[in-house]
Amino acid sequence: MAEKGGYLKRKLGRNAWVALFLLLAALHVLPWVVPSILHIMIMVFLFSLMGQGWNVLGGYAGQFSFGHSLFFGLGAYVSSLLFVRLGLTPWLGIFVSCGAGVLLGLFIGFLSFRYGLKGPFFALIMLAFAEIFHMIATGWSAVGGALGVLIPLKGNAPGLMQFMHKGPFYFMTLWLMVGSIYLVWRLEGTRLGLYFLATREDHDAAEALGVNTFRAQMAAMAISAGMTAVGGTIYAQYLLYIDPDSTFGVVNSVEIMLRPIIGGPGTILGPLLGSVVLTPLSEVTRLAFQSYSGVYLMIYGMILVAVIMFLPGGLIGLARKIVSKVHRVVT
Amino acid sequence: MESGSFFEVQSVSKSFRGLKAISNVAFRMAENEILGLIGPNGAGKTTLFNLITGFLQPDAGSITFLGRNLVNLGPHIICKMGITRTFQIVKPFSHLSTLENVAVGCYNRTAAVEAVEEKAWEILRFVGLEKKALQPASSLTTPDRKKLELARALGTRPKLMLLDEVMAGLNPKEQGDIVALVHKIRDGGTAILIIEHHMRVIMGVSDRVLVLHHGVCIADGEPERVCEDPGVIEAYLGKGAYACLGSTT
Repeated sequence: MAEKGGYLKRKLGRNAWVALFLLLAALHVLPWVVPSILHIMIMVFLFSLMGQGWNVLGGYAGQFSFGHSLFFGLGAYVSSLLFVRLGLTPWLGIFVSCGAGVLLGLFIGFLSFRYGLKGPFFALIMLAFAEIFHMIATGWSAVGGALGVLIPLKGNAPGLMQFMHKGPFYFMTLWLMVGSIYLVWRLEGTRLGLYFLATREDHDAAEALGVNTFRAQMAAMAISAGMTAVGGTIYAQYLLYIDPDSTFGVVNSVEIMLRPIIGGPGTILGPLLGSVVLTPLSEVTRLAFQSYSGVYLMIYGMILVAVIMFLPGGLIGLARKIVSKVHRVVT
Repeated sequence: MESGSFFEVQSVSKSFRGLKAISNVAFRMAENEILGLIGPNGAGKTTLFNLITGFLQPDAGSITFLGRNLVNLGPHIICKMGITRTFQIVKPFSHLSTLENVAVGCYNRTAAVEAVEEKAWEILRFVGLEKKALQPASSLTTPDRKKLELARALGTRPKLMLLDEVMAGLNPKEQGDIVALVHKIRDGGTAILIIEHHMRVIMGVSDRVLVLHHGVCIADGEPERVCEDPGVIEAYLGKGAYACLGSTT
């Protein structure tokens, strides 16, 4: 085996960069070619962004969150309330949302990781916090109560992140998604990225090798929470209406975590791939079974069971298996 | 007591709900020494390792390394100070490549990716795993996994390495490989505290041997002397064994 070096740092060859550039260029032309697909693509990108957030914590650092709707909801509420109550533009609100998500993530992380909470216990802590915020949002009229928050329509107001058509949201979500992938890709090639994986693989062995596992998990939590909160803000601005169920609800936790799990947890492209498969499926089933609300959740459940039973590495894992098998047959 | 000793354990005790796992154990190590730690099953050897490396905290006593007390420090801090360990049940990062496994250790001293990669390859060549560098650790055989444990620990650049049964489950040839590695590591300037069940191996590899029995240190000295110690023989073979041996020979 050649010892060329450069196996730790993430690098791409020239051909890969060219292919990526062409793909991105195609995605930039797409809105003009098939305008009807815009809504689905926005949802694909948005949930890929938040799925990437979940992936950093759940896939890379190995802390399975069952309550990422917490950060999603927080991001949506913080920017929306700042806008409705104080008139702060969501362009700034999105940074406040991100910061609030990071702080809340660090707080929960501090409570959990200090005591070495992991596995189902951590998942339940996240679920519990999401439910607490769900309750607060429902019961506290100052933040809209059960009715939620209606963001006043200002017409075409780019300064307030409001647009007359979906195009700007398409490009915003596209670039945020690309940014999240780039960030995680770069992270993989650093000490922190490898420390995430070591912590996930074996806590004690990582500690014995000088890894501050507490700090690694806190860092993963912060990145994860921040990314997901940003997604929440965009979601609120896109729909201009949020309520407790559609933000802090358990459904959203499932929506967010299912994407990286199906695509391939702990892989850079997993969340995007999962989102590409799942988002159209969920939109189509929701339309097809309109009169039976909740059927799409049953379908989600079945997919989840099937993936966990037969594809523990997700679609990326499956692809890798096939490639290595073909490779073995050929050589 | 002279100050500035390399590594010193002073009257350390540890109980688990009334069961005395370690009581009043004290010993010293010099730089570049290989100290063997032996004792029957349940003697407290691994507990002692856990106490030294910060996975457990002692109830009493102190552990000093280069003049600093290690008590109440976490494993990763102790590793930064220069003490690392391997585990009796190997704990490879299964989904990572062999190279990445070693890199985790190497990152202990620097965050520079290129330097870490270079160092990791160097260590892999040193232990003879360079051909398997890009395989996932889960695909390694048992002897290779033991070597990987050593390689990862070496990556942290320890001044003192604690090896917990790195030769268990290996055949004599493979044991010989590891013994050679252990000597090479010591020659590189690292002191080694090693737990081992194979008497032949431990007697051959150690400069000095420490015997634990029921959490108490019952002998400490050169391998040949410890072997003939009546207390040690009785600990392994039962009470009265020394007398029996005496009557048959």
